[in-house]
Amino acid sequence: MLIYLPIAEVSVNAFLLLGLGGLVGILSGMFGVGGGFLMTPLLFFIGIPPAVAVATEANQIVASSFSGVLAHFKRKTVDLKMGGVLLIGGLVGAALGVQLFNALRAIGQVDLLVKLSYVVFLGIIGALMFVESLNAIRKSRKAGGPPPRRHHRGWIHALPFKTRFRTSGLYLSVIPPLVVGVAVGVLAAIMGVGGGFIMVPAMIYILGMPTKVVVGTSLFQIIFVTAFTTLLHATTNFTVDMVLAVLLLIGGVIGAQIGARIGVYLKAEQLRILLAIMVLGVCGKLAFDLLVQPSELFSLGVASGH
Amino acid sequence: MAMLIAPLGATGQEESIVAGLSQNTVSITANFNGSEILIFGAVQRSAPAPEEPLGVIVTIEGPDQALTVRRLDRNYGIWMNVEAVEVDAAPTFYAVATTAPFDEIITSTEDLRYRISIPRAIRAVGTGSDRPGDFTDAVIRIRTDAGLYQVLENTVNLRSETLFDTSIALPANLVEGDYLARIFLTRGREVVTSFETEIEVAKVGLERLIFNLAHERPLIYGLLSLFIAIVAGWSASAVFRYILSN
Repeated sequence: MLIYLPIAEVSVNAFLLLGLGGLVGILSGMFGVGGGFLMTPLLFFIGIPPAVAVATEANQIVASSFSGVLAHFKRKTVDLKMGGVLLIGGLVGAALGVQLFNALRAIGQVDLLVKLSYVVFLGIIGALMFVESLNAIRKSRKAGGPPPRRHHRGWIHALPFKTRFRTSGLYLSVIPPLVVGVAVGVLAAIMGVGGGFIMVPAMIYILGMPTKVVVGTSLFQIIFVTAFTTLLHATTNFTVDMVLAVLLLIGGVIGAQIGARIGVYLKAEQLRILLAIMVLGVCGKLAFDLLVQPSELFSLGVASGH
Repeated sequence: MAMLIAPLGATGQEESIVAGLSQNTVSITANFNGSEILIFGAVQRSAPAPEEPLGVIVTIEGPDQALTVRRLDRNYGIWMNVEAVEVDAAPTFYAVATTAPFDEIITSTEDLRYRISIPRAIRAVGTGSDRPGDFTDAVIRIRTDAGLYQVLENTVNLRSETLFDTSIALPANLVEGDYLARIFLTRGREVVTSFETEIEVAKVGLERLIFNLAHERPLIYGLLSLFIAIVAGWSASAVFRYILSN
């Protein structure tokens, strides 16, 4: 069943969109990630204009994170104060990101920026995750290996403006979470992702937050930052496609429920290594496209500023 | 079926066109999947037909659009946009159907004058590149691959030098606007008479509503998108959980 998307102005098979949503939903349910980093490149691939894909994906992330964060509120695993600080940084970052996105769109380098960001971030995160989970698997085989190494966060404790984050049990300067928030906000705007795959490791390894509050707090921040990004894209670029978002979402929500049930049967390290392989795969494909001569050297864009 | 009859040939000409289209409006609805336009007509004569064979050329042209064409090149080992050329006006859709190979029924001067072939329909002046031709070629190549530019030689049926018909497929990725359908009669590779009519392509219903809201009330549209997405996501998961719990 073909459906004409009013904003993207292309006709796409509705079942293909539901299927893509479902597939990415299964993965995000299994691994507990938003899946934006997979969905946005897939949307490019099926011919959705990149600007529409990025803006619409932000809209979809808001909705798919919403049910997640409610569950975390029930379990009281959301650090509202930390979330608030991350959010302030995130909003600033998103505003900067949309400006940067529009400026680069005007000079025709936005595709390059989006793809390079994907290659760099997916490459780093994928490699780190891969190495870390390999080590974890090796350790669990040796049974009762050495205790996990303490992280030295000396320089972070030397920063001013310290405050107490009760839910996380931390006494920490507000500067690191602000910086993490800004970075994730910029990424959310440019890459059309929630940024959970950057924020979760940053919260654990840089801020030293306890794992149980990390996911809820990052979801809380992601909802507001991506909602803000959606509104910025909607008001400055008119690129949010409501119909596309709803179709992806319905598939995604159902997929996430299925994925969560599959995830129960796999071990955490196995899940992480699978996710790492997938992240590296997407990264490799994008890097390959940047390095190998494309079949069409020209591209068309609607002229701006006339 | 909307018929449209309008002989438009200038007075004093011996031949004129009476033509119709299967539809004068194309509505883009939610399940729009392209549309086929049938163009048919007859040649009216006040005198016996001349010796030279008759040629019929039918074109359908979408609204013009200014384009930025970018060229990729390898820089620092990666492929990136290095050069951009503005094309002042290129039709968003263009189809030419003829009764015979294009060059056999029209001269290039006449083509230039009436802007009939695809390269003539694109206006590109004052470009910044040393090879502007590559950029207009790229426009034609990319749009031809996307089915937006079509050269349909020998697809107009002509019977007894009088009745003609052809059909042109409009693809699903159409841009809204007024489309122009033109019919040219040629003899001895010169245009004898021509006829033109408009086809209105517009989004209707929900598609229209969403598009207008997004452009006229972007903030409300953005908030509504968020609200609808949250409600849809929430209810889909509620329904799914309900199904599983039974």
